[in-house]
Amino acid sequence: MKASLGRIGAMMTRYTYLYLVSPIRILELVYWPTFNMLIWGFMQEYLNSATHPAVFAASYLIAAVLLWDVLFRSQLGLTLGFVEEMWARNLGHLAVSPLRPLEFVGALIATSLVRTLIGVGGAGFLATLFFGFNALELGVGLALFFLNLVIMGWGVGLVVCAILLRYGLAAEALAWGALFVLQPLCGVFYPVSILPDWLEPIARALPATHVFEGMRTVVQDGRLDTGLLAQAFLLNIPYALAGLAAFLGSYAVARRRGLLMSTGE
Amino acid sequence: MTSAPAAVEARNLSKEFDGRTVVDRISFAVPRGTTFGLLGANGAGKTTTILMLLGLLRPDSGEARVLGHDMEHDRFRALQRANFSSPYVSLPHRLTARQNLTVYGRLYGVADVRRRIEQIARELRIEDLLDRPVGQMSAGQKTRVGIGKVLLNNPEVLFLDEPTASLSPESATWLRSFLGRYRDSTRATIVLASHNMPEVEAMCDNIAFLQQGRLLEQGAPRELIRRHGKQTLEQVFLEVAEAAGERQPGPGDGA
Repeated sequence: MKASLGRIGAMMTRYTYLYLVSPIRILELVYWPTFNMLIWGFMQEYLNSATHPAVFAASYLIAAVLLWDVLFRSQLGLTLGFVEEMWARNLGHLAVSPLRPLEFVGALIATSLVRTLIGVGGAGFLATLFFGFNALELGVGLALFFLNLVIMGWGVGLVVCAILLRYGLAAEALAWGALFVLQPLCGVFYPVSILPDWLEPIARALPATHVFEGMRTVVQDGRLDTGLLAQAFLLNIPYALAGLAAFLGSYAVARRRGLLMSTGE
Repeated sequence: MTSAPAAVEARNLSKEFDGRTVVDRISFAVPRGTTFGLLGANGAGKTTTILMLLGLLRPDSGEARVLGHDMEHDRFRALQRANFSSPYVSLPHRLTARQNLTVYGRLYGVADVRRRIEQIARELRIEDLLDRPVGQMSAGQKTRVGIGKVLLNNPEVLFLDEPTASLSPESATWLRSFLGRYRDSTRATIVLASHNMPEVEAMCDNIAFLQQGRLLEQGAPRELIRRHGKQTLEQVFLEVAEAAGERQPGPGDGA
């Protein structure tokens, strides 16, 4: 166990070094979450002034966009760690080191968590400065929403890594775009009840949908719907397991086909 | 071959890619404390064999064992005590040599990584390269840093793919001598792939000739030269390849 944590720590050191040798990368972590938050924050201000206050709770859109970024950044953070190894053609070296695939996944997850906290934390801080947004208004739900979203993000991220392992950097665009396919279904900015009837069951099969529904309940009614959270947690179990199975399966195939040494540009 | 227990064993290893056989039922055993060379032209199956021995590539059939561990099911215990270097797979370019060695030192659980890196840097004469990004190094410098990575965990088995491919003749001679001293002082086992016949003749206790994935002949270099009545290993290789009925481009021809 100690040796395992040591190897995960070694990989986190590797990703930290990347930021030390290229500090400009830190800007990338907070740039898009901040940019997104500002656009939707100003939209929120406009809607608040143009519509009846009852129609739009004060921090609805800002909370939505920040939580969306938690989901997106957790997936991207995990996938980019993996893509870094492909760009550096380092997967072969790692695969012949004592680093187990599960430890590699652990390191990617831990790094993704740090990246997400820095990126979304920075944007959240600016939302407080610009719009008086207080994330703590979400109460204990904030931590539970966050946890559910990062788990789903990691599940999707692992599936993307599995595809990258199989098809190489030709599939690199998925690292940035995969989650946007789900965005219209998750009900980030609107209730899923407005979706066509046939899409609604699909939307409700996504853990994030229940998180965003739950977020709206807190913001608009001041009430934490534990039923929605429970559904999100229950759905996240198969998502996380499927992500892990996809990654490990793809790793095994890569070993059989000799893809681990040949990845790269 | 001696009767010492084998550090590395290949038993009927085979591998196909897209229906083409690249390694065909290869078997050999490498006693501890010796150097074993896989010789052959490009595409002969040397690197594929090494990757199967490392567990990086899964054989279609046969078995690879390193330090007594089955590399299909128990490879991590062996990998902890082995290491690998190839000039064709350099370390991450953006990180400095010291950063790369620190990461790998920690992956291998080296106790005092900083001191070990300083020690290796002195031994390999790469102190001046430590704080330079790997991407800004020449091919030869990258090779030396790669050898530094190999030595981090004081490996009992070293797998080296073309260890002197990018080095100047002086550096190559020095590295060969260094690896020989390392082997003699630690009783480490070295498995190397090369198409440099004089290098293999100088370094290896035993060699295997590969052609189109098949092991044509194996034995001690001097013994093979004597057995075939030739002057050099290269002449032996050409005769063996011809006898196999499929004369291939000579070693180093870049086929």
